[in-house]
Amino acid sequence: MEKKFIENFKNILDEEPNFKLEVSSKFRDLDEWDSLTALSLIAMLDEEYNVTVTGDQVKDMETIEDVIKLIK
Amino acid sequence: MAYINSISYYLPKKELSNQDLSNQFPEWNVEKISSKTGISKRYIAAKDEFASDMAVKASRLLFEKEKIDINKIDFLIYCTQSPDYLIPTTACIIQDRLGLNKVGAFDFNLGCSGYIYGLSIAKGLIAANVAKNILFITSETYSKFINDKDKSNRTIFGDAASATLITKEKGLCKIGDFELGSDGSGAENLIVRGSGVKGTVNSNTNEKTDDFGNTHTDNDLYMNGPEIFNFTGASVPNLINSYLAKIELSKDDVDLFIFHQANKFMLNYLRKKSKIPLDKFVLEIENSGNTVSSTIPIALHDTLKKSKIKKNDKVLLAGFGVGYSWGTTLLYF
Repeated sequence: MEKKFIENFKNILDEEPNFKLEVSSKFRDLDEWDSLTALSLIAMLDEEYNVTVTGDQVKDMETIEDVIKLIK
Repeated sequence: MAYINSISYYLPKKELSNQDLSNQFPEWNVEKISSKTGISKRYIAAKDEFASDMAVKASRLLFEKEKIDINKIDFLIYCTQSPDYLIPTTACIIQDRLGLNKVGAFDFNLGCSGYIYGLSIAKGLIAANVAKNILFITSETYSKFINDKDKSNRTIFGDAASATLITKEKGLCKIGDFELGSDGSGAENLIVRGSGVKGTVNSNTNEKTDDFGNTHTDNDLYMNGPEIFNFTGASVPNLINSYLAKIELSKDDVDLFIFHQANKFMLNYLRKKSKIPLDKFVLEIENSGNTVSSTIPIALHDTLKKSKIKKNDKVLLAGFGVGYSWGTTLLYF
């Protein structure tokens, strides 16, 4: 499940499959992270996991693991 | 019965391209902007060009193109959030500048849902025998509210005006029933805080920068993108379903869906969530961006021009956004 989630996350970053992204990665520090990717994350969580997150929740999350906790 | 007779629109001269934005914000790449937002350019009103000027230009284009006898126009409705003054009503000024007869005229303040509301007001005025030929104008210059350092909003929004003639006599398409709504609990999420009578008391002109590096003061437009995104996702699919249930039609009966053209990414998300097939969904945002209350008439005009609407087609319009406010209607061609 974690692996699948990381794949989904890479997709919203528009990154190549070999892009290094781990559960401990701080996604908001990535160069690719901007207001559009934030919306992509919200949409992905809704479409793939049926989870609604607010902008404030996104702001409070640091690592990929924090997001995974939310969808578990 | 009320009909849309004809539509025209006006875009200001000055073009703001994705390349222009990338030059100013090197971290913002052209390809990413285009592919995500679906916008390649937007137009920005000149310093000395105001929403009322664009409203006049859009109306004159309509009169010329459709050879409209302005003496027949017996009402003017103006939708804007960029009025010339708080007092007097801009619609009165536009009546005079267009040389219309001394007909009834008023402004109403709505954004992305404005076109739907305007159609419903016009239909009501016709049903109440107040008017037979209504000029309905939308015009917006959000660019004048957007901070130069706010790359997100500068990417999304463009300025534009539209003019629509709505008639009692049979025209292009019949205007159907409506479903309208609002939820002011979201007012703070799309706002110019330091505006209006209350907003200018204690307004703070300090610059604030959000998580994504967008800067604004209270005098500028502020948009909480994620909140607006969640609002539309939670409300628009339900709006479509409840409206279609009310008029006893299904999505299959609708030939084309024209939503407020907010941005491509959000539109695709809403389309999937509303279970609308791609070939029935209009995306006309590339050449003008999100022009607030003018996106629907621009998209409708351009779709007609491309001959994508046939006789007997049913076209669903839906507007949603700032307020929060929303509305939907069906056009019968």
